[in-house]
Amino acid sequence: MLSHLIRRAAFAALVLSFFAVLPARAQELDLSYHQPVLEDYFVPASAAPAAPDADGFIRRWSLLEPIAKPEIRTNAIFNDSYLNEEFAKIYFPDQMTIVPKDGQKVKLDKKTKLTWHAYDSKHYNVKLYRFATGLGLHPTEALYLAVTVINVPEDVTVRLAVGSNSGSKWWVNGEEAILLSGDRRMVMDDCVSRKVTLKAGRNVLRGAVINGPGMSDFCIRLLDAAGRPYTNFTVTVQ
Amino acid sequence: MKRLDISLIAILLTALFALPAAAQVGNVYIHDPSTIVKCDGKYYTFGTGSGGLMSDDGWTWRDGAVRTGGGVAPDVIKIGDRYLVSYSAGYPGTEGKTRGVVTTVWTKTLDPESPDFGYSEPQLVAWAGADEDCWAIDPAFLMGPDGRLWLSYGTYFGAIRIVELDPKTGGRMPGNKAVDIAIDCEATALMYKDGWYYLLATHGTCCDGVNSTYNIVCGRSRSATGPYLDNVGRDMLRGGGRMVLSAGDRATGPGHFGLFVEEEGVEKMSFHYEADYNRSGRSVLAVRSLLWKNGWPVAADPFKEGTYEIESERRGYALELAVDFIRQQGGMRAFRINPDDPVVELEEQKLEEVQGGWPAGAIDVRAGDYMFRPHQKWTVTAVPDKGGYLGAPYYKITIAGTDRALAATEDGELVAVPAFTGADEQLWRIEQLTDGTFRILTKVTCKCGKQKALVCTGDSTVALGEFDFSSDNSKWNFRVR
Repeated sequence: MLSHLIRRAAFAALVLSFFAVLPARAQELDLSYHQPVLEDYFVPASAAPAAPDADGFIRRWSLLEPIAKPEIRTNAIFNDSYLNEEFAKIYFPDQMTIVPKDGQKVKLDKKTKLTWHAYDSKHYNVKLYRFATGLGLHPTEALYLAVTVINVPEDVTVRLAVGSNSGSKWWVNGEEAILLSGDRRMVMDDCVSRKVTLKAGRNVLRGAVINGPGMSDFCIRLLDAAGRPYTNFTVTVQ
Repeated sequence: MKRLDISLIAILLTALFALPAAAQVGNVYIHDPSTIVKCDGKYYTFGTGSGGLMSDDGWTWRDGAVRTGGGVAPDVIKIGDRYLVSYSAGYPGTEGKTRGVVTTVWTKTLDPESPDFGYSEPQLVAWAGADEDCWAIDPAFLMGPDGRLWLSYGTYFGAIRIVELDPKTGGRMPGNKAVDIAIDCEATALMYKDGWYYLLATHGTCCDGVNSTYNIVCGRSRSATGPYLDNVGRDMLRGGGRMVLSAGDRATGPGHFGLFVEEEGVEKMSFHYEADYNRSGRSVLAVRSLLWKNGWPVAADPFKEGTYEIESERRGYALELAVDFIRQQGGMRAFRINPDDPVVELEEQKLEEVQGGWPAGAIDVRAGDYMFRPHQKWTVTAVPDKGGYLGAPYYKITIAGTDRALAATEDGELVAVPAFTGADEQLWRIEQLTDGTFRILTKVTCKCGKQKALVCTGDSTVALGEFDFSSDNSKWNFRVR
C-alpha cells in the first residue's frame, strides 16, 4: 500500500521543518517501547496439520522472501491492467506450481536467491511487512508470494474472502480465483471470489501480494454458501 | 398517502437538480481541518501548518486564526472556559526516536486579538516508537458523557490508538496505556451518542488531488476503548467501517471528520475535500448536516436549489398561499368505460391560469392538501451576498414562476410578499435535522435573540415559533412530486 504515506511523510516533514516551534524546555522522557520482532507475528509451522482459527482465517502459510520491486515508487499505478501484468510475470520456473518446503530456495537470477519460510501467523492476518523486517529484509516496494494447502474431507463449494494491502491475486489449484485491485488497504472480507470447488483431499491456495510504500498484509478465509465461515478443513504446507 | 423515504427523495433531488454543490465561501483553503469550535461568537478551525481559518457566521471564512506549534492535523475542544488544542509536531528529546508525537496546549481564547489569547507550553501526551506499528499523528478529542477525556491518533502505518487525558491538565492520565482501536485508516475522530461511542476514520488515499480516494467511515462501541464494530459486525481492528461520506458533488476525498452540534437535533460535520473541482482541485473546508439512520451517522446531501413542495412533518400538508382553490375543468370521469377508448394526458394547472386572481399585496400562508397547484410550489434559491450560517447561505423562498416571497412580518407572523427585496425578513435558514427532516428559520431574530422557525400551530395553520426538535410541528420536508 500507500503511496500517500510517503506524500504525507514528506508533507509532514516539510511542515515540521518550516513551521514547528519546539517548546523551550525538554522533559524527562521515557521513550522505550517494544521493538517489533518476527516472533510477535509468526511462529514456525508445526508438523501437525493446523485448523483455521475460530473465525475461519487461514494462518499457516509458506511465504517467499520479498521479491524487490524498486520501480514501484507509488501505489497509484495499481490498476487492474498493471496488476494483471505484474501477477503474470514468472520469476522462477515452477512459480505457479511449487508447494515449497520450509527453507527451500529459489533462484531469481545470478545474484538473487530467495528462501521460502513456513509460518503460522499469530494473528488473523499475515503481516508481510513484519515478515520481511523480522528477517532483516526490505519490506516495501516488493512482491510477496504465498502458498498453503487446504485439506477438505469431501468436495465442497466455497468462496474465498480476501483482504490485502495492497493489490493481490489468488489462485486455487492453479485456477485464478480473485484479483484485488487498486491502492488497497487490508479489510476483512473486502473481496469475495466467485464459487470455487475444493476437491476432497489436498487443494493448493496460492497468492501474490504487491506493494509500494507502507504496510503490507493479507487475510483470507473461506465462506460457505450462506456466507458463513467454512472451517471444516485442515491447513498444511505440503 | 405513501411517502417516499429520505434516501429516495435525495436520489430524486440529485437527479432533478444537479446544480453545483453549495460550498463555504471566502478563504476556505485548508488541509486536515480541526473540529470547528465557536469562541466569542466566531467560528474557528485549524489545519496543517501554523494557521487556520475563522468566520463570523460559519459560511464566509477568512485567514487569521492563529495556532502555536505548527505540525500536522490539529484538533480543538472547549473544556470549561478554556480551549485545549492538540497537534503532532516535534518535541525536544524525541528526535529520531519516535514515529510521531502528539502534544497539547491550552488557550483561554481562540481570538488572536483578545488580550487573553496565548498558548501554554506544549505537553507530550502520546508518541509512537520509531519502529512501532503506529504513527502518532492526527489527534482527535472526545469528552465522554462521564467527563472522561479521550484522544485518538494514528495513521495507516499500523494501528489507530486511544489514550485518556486529564481534562484538568490536558496531559496524559497517569498510568494510562494506549489501546489499539482500528487499523488501515487515519484522521480519526470520536463522538458519543445515545450510549454509543463512534469512531470516525478516514479510509482511502490522501494527498493525490482529484484522484484522492479519501472517504469517511465509522464504527461504534459501548466503550471508548472499543471494540468498534461496523454495521455488519466487523471490528475496525480488522478494517471494518460503515460509509459516512465519499466523493461527490464535484469534490473528492472527504476526510478529517469533526462534529459541531448546534442544538438537539441539529448536527453538522466539518471535513476537508482533498480536491474541489470548482476551485482548481484545491483542498477546501466543507460542512454538511449530519443525519442519523438506524443508529449510524450519515452525511446529508447538500441542500440544492430547486422547486419543491414544502411538506409539514406534522400532517403532511403542503405550505401554500391562502388563495382560492381553483378547480380544474372536468370532474369525476366515468370509470366503467370501454378500455379501448383513447387515453389522453391531462395538463396540470398553470400559474397564469390562477395568478390573476391572487391579491396584489401580501398574502397569508397556510398548509393544505398537496394538489401540485401553483400556489403550493415554492422555488428555493440561495442568496449568496446575504451571509449564511454554518454550512450554507441564506435562501429566498418564492412561489415558482413569481417573485412572491415568503416573509416574516414585524409582529412575527408569516406572509408571502409580492416581491423579493432582499430584506432580512425574506431570508431563510434551511437545515436538515438529524432525522432527515428540515427546519426553516428566519434570518431575523426576535426580541429573545433567537431565529424563529416555521411551525405548524394546527394541521392547516403555519406561524413563526420556537424550534423544538421533539415536535413534528417544527419539521418540514422538501419534496419533488
